[in-house]
Amino acid sequence: MVRLVSLVLFAGVWWGASLFAGPQMLPGPHAVFAAIVGEARSGELFFQTGVTLLRVLVAFTLAMVVGTAVGLLMGRVKLVDRLADPWLIVLLNLPALVIIVLAFIWGGLTEVAGVLAVAINKLPNTVVTVREGARALDPALDEMAEVFALPRAKVLRHVVLPQLAPYTAAAARSGLSLVWKIVLIVELLGRPNGVGFEIGVAFQLFDVTRILAYALTFVAVILAIETLVVQPLERRASRWRTRPA
Amino acid sequence: MNDARPAGERGPLEVRIARKAFTAASGQRLDVLRDLAFTLRHGEVGALVGPSGCGKTTTLRIIAGLDRGFEGSVRRPPGGRLGMVFQEPRLLPWRTVEDNVRLVAPALAEADLAALLRVLGLAAHRAHFPGELSLGLARRVALARAFAVQPDLLLLDEPFVSLDATLAARLRDELATLMEIRAMTALLVTHDLEEAVRLADRVFLLSARPARIVAEIPLAIPRSQRNERDIAAMLAELSARMNGAGPTATDSHQAVSPRSD
Repeated sequence: MVRLVSLVLFAGVWWGASLFAGPQMLPGPHAVFAAIVGEARSGELFFQTGVTLLRVLVAFTLAMVVGTAVGLLMGRVKLVDRLADPWLIVLLNLPALVIIVLAFIWGGLTEVAGVLAVAINKLPNTVVTVREGARALDPALDEMAEVFALPRAKVLRHVVLPQLAPYTAAAARSGLSLVWKIVLIVELLGRPNGVGFEIGVAFQLFDVTRILAYALTFVAVILAIETLVVQPLERRASRWRTRPA
Repeated sequence: MNDARPAGERGPLEVRIARKAFTAASGQRLDVLRDLAFTLRHGEVGALVGPSGCGKTTTLRIIAGLDRGFEGSVRRPPGGRLGMVFQEPRLLPWRTVEDNVRLVAPALAEADLAALLRVLGLAAHRAHFPGELSLGLARRVALARAFAVQPDLLLLDEPFVSLDATLAARLRDELATLMEIRAMTALLVTHDLEEAVRLADRVFLLSARPARIVAEIPLAIPRSQRNERDIAAMLAELSARMNGAGPTATDSHQAVSPRSD
């Protein structure tokens, strides 16, 4: 209810600002909505959004899986931590734009180079978060696993990963939004399609309506993923926690 | 419970710890165990009894293979299956009671699991998560887990500590029942003499730090045949022995058996 009021208020402020700035600089909500409907009718909206979403999902999965593995290793093995830490710091401080441009120069303007560039941008962030979790693993449960001679795969699945869940969830939350922002830059610079490419075209035509139409559509898609996929998954993963009565 | 393994590989538990030291934060080396040695025959239940902080848990951790930084040797019964009940239940909070038990014993037959949970009064809690259990129930799950692997050696580290007396007594009886069902070598660490007298065949009294065994006392009457009077008599004699256990009482092997007169 409060959220709805907040949303209506947002539309109101937007509408007021558009009256003040003029339709060229900031078109009103109705104009943007009409543009969304138009793009959807031509099928263009679904194609471009779908392509971008696909890139987001691949890059996100890659960064999460590799990042969790590396973070776990760094958190548990001191030598690996010391070896990889300088690399991590370099990667953390390398601007996204530099990684993207280098990826396109070295890998060509290809799909692989683009997705890899996005994944590499997200990777250090996942590593740092998961490493923190790996350092906080409960040694008492490790001992239990050792005494009962649990095989490694079982330890990972039943003892380690559940303990890391809050950390991977945090990395995933911030990751999804980070990844889709970087995917747009990649598309703007070196892909012939996707939301980023569309926004690039609109930028050249100074078409603010189209920029907003695509941006808002994708925000809605991410919001839908968050509520329909991420949150139910989180609820399932934390169902063992006793809720306060 | 069915044990499909071939008979024959039944050896004793032999513990010979020459020295175990900790390095304190100040850099000072502190001897915790010194010349601690004992043997448990196959199927025997031993109890390590001593003042708190004397190194009982350290001994158990060395036997379990969790602590390798000691001088000496430990020979566990062949077969190698180890069951352990820690001082805290150490259950996986994100797995149900049933999954916690099944995780360590995937080959356990459904009928055996059901029987085990029934004996421990856990049948109604199968699908519960550890966070929904009281401490007493959680300790029972830890017991169930240790028995589920059908261990060759069972290690129990003060399994009933911080439970109220009535509950501890009930759990102790359940433990005794489980140890009757299938013969296994077991070592119980406790500071409670009564617990030792009710559960063990052989009691080892430990000295204060650095710990060594000051008296080894076989309890003559078989576990299942002890009545309340026997237990009271053994308890009285043991506590007298413990209070008098100075350097002169070293290596006493005299059996406590109130019926011998």
